[in-house]
Amino acid sequence: MKVTIREHFYEDLQNLKGLIKELAEDAEHALKEAVEGLYQKDIVKAQQVIDQDEQLDKKEVVINEKAILLIAKQQPLAKDLRRLIIAIKISSDLERMADHAVNIAKTTIRLGKDHPLNIHPQIAKMAEKARDMVILAIKAFENEDISMARKLAEMDDEVDHMYSALIREIFEETTSNPQMTQHLMQMAFSARFIERFADHITNIGENIFYLVKGEAYDLND
Amino acid sequence: MSIFTKAVIQDTEPVQTNKQSHVFEISDLNLWYGEDQALKDINMDIAQNEITAIIGPSGCGKSTFIKTLNRMVEMIPTVKTSGTIKYNDRNIFDPKFAVEDLRTQVGMVFQKPNPFPKTIYENIAYGPKIHGIKKKQDLDEIVEKSLKDAAIWNEVKDRLHENAYGLSGGQQQRLCIARCLAIEPDVILMDEPTSALDPISTLKLEELVQNLKQKYSIVIVTHNMQQAARVSDKTAFFLNGELIEYSNTNKLFSNPNDKRTEDYITGRFG
Repeated sequence: MKVTIREHFYEDLQNLKGLIKELAEDAEHALKEAVEGLYQKDIVKAQQVIDQDEQLDKKEVVINEKAILLIAKQQPLAKDLRRLIIAIKISSDLERMADHAVNIAKTTIRLGKDHPLNIHPQIAKMAEKARDMVILAIKAFENEDISMARKLAEMDDEVDHMYSALIREIFEETTSNPQMTQHLMQMAFSARFIERFADHITNIGENIFYLVKGEAYDLND
Repeated sequence: MSIFTKAVIQDTEPVQTNKQSHVFEISDLNLWYGEDQALKDINMDIAQNEITAIIGPSGCGKSTFIKTLNRMVEMIPTVKTSGTIKYNDRNIFDPKFAVEDLRTQVGMVFQKPNPFPKTIYENIAYGPKIHGIKKKQDLDEIVEKSLKDAAIWNEVKDRLHENAYGLSGGQQQRLCIARCLAIEPDVILMDEPTSALDPISTLKLEELVQNLKQKYSIVIVTHNMQQAARVSDKTAFFLNGELIEYSNTNKLFSNPNDKRTEDYITGRFG
């Protein structure tokens, strides 16, 4: 009696999952490159991050189109329907994450090659944590694992704390070094972009919760 | 630190029919065809003025179940039943309950439209005539009202005295519903009423069914899960003669409790 009768549909769902994983890896890579560019004052690298974003945007469109087609043609129910709904939502978060990497790259370009600022090491730490979150989110998504999804919220809290501490430090620096304010603000923005990047990963965690439990959860504080 | 708060309270309540009026209360219903048990320990209530959908794979007992509600299943000689089905607090298996009375109150519409080989008018007037209504004016009124309630009046009002076989399949099915309404039933049982209809006729019939619940309680067996999801208030999932899950339709199709229900509605087996 137990026969899988919708093999093509499940194959399509698997393919869609593969595309989402790919987009997540791209977003993680974009953040890595953008932050490296920021530290290395590497404008060429920053420009590459900006140029590559177009490809990521296209991937989001493809994921959405495929998910909508599957909804229309397969009329999925229950968990299958949730799989497709979250595919659309997660790809939107991933696209926004990549945009934050682009924002950091733009900051690098704005600061230019010869700025006197030492980029605070906390930014690299935040970025590293955020990238770890992406890797965990991919695993949680692939395995539909809510304990991993829950862990994402904890990691996001760590990013938030690092961000708050860093902003305090930057603020103090502006009072002691007011001539650097403009540069310091660019650094604060970069930290903010990473913090937002991590928030989107928490949204992905919430979507995984919704997929598994069929109920909406708020993982943000 | 993070607190995992439930953001939305969903429609996750199990079927609470206690506060509702029920047309049927089914307790420990078992049914056998000879040696083969087709229904096993069915316990469920069917609410008044609601649409209850019955889904499940072929051979799961859903048609048997619905035909038990008006005792039509007893036309098969080897049938044995146990348990009770209370219709408005009276056990329908009680020998004092005349089956004709039951079927007057519990009408049925079948898979294939089955109009009588008579005129459209006669199809509707036939039942009321048997019930002793003779005056032409009364019959005219019943015919018009029934056809209007079945959303077919405008299509047939100028050809009432033509043969019903001249109607399309979808129109014939609505005519059969009108015929059923003419004897003023309380409950309408529908056994896959759209399986022989084209998609547009199907949607028209679904609209009609949803309007009819204002006045009637409806039980509909359907193979079309999207149809069950679209039209019904509650859905019962049957498998191998057992009632696996019975809940609010929103819940059953979005987040069912039982793994077997999830497997069936998502096409993991069937």
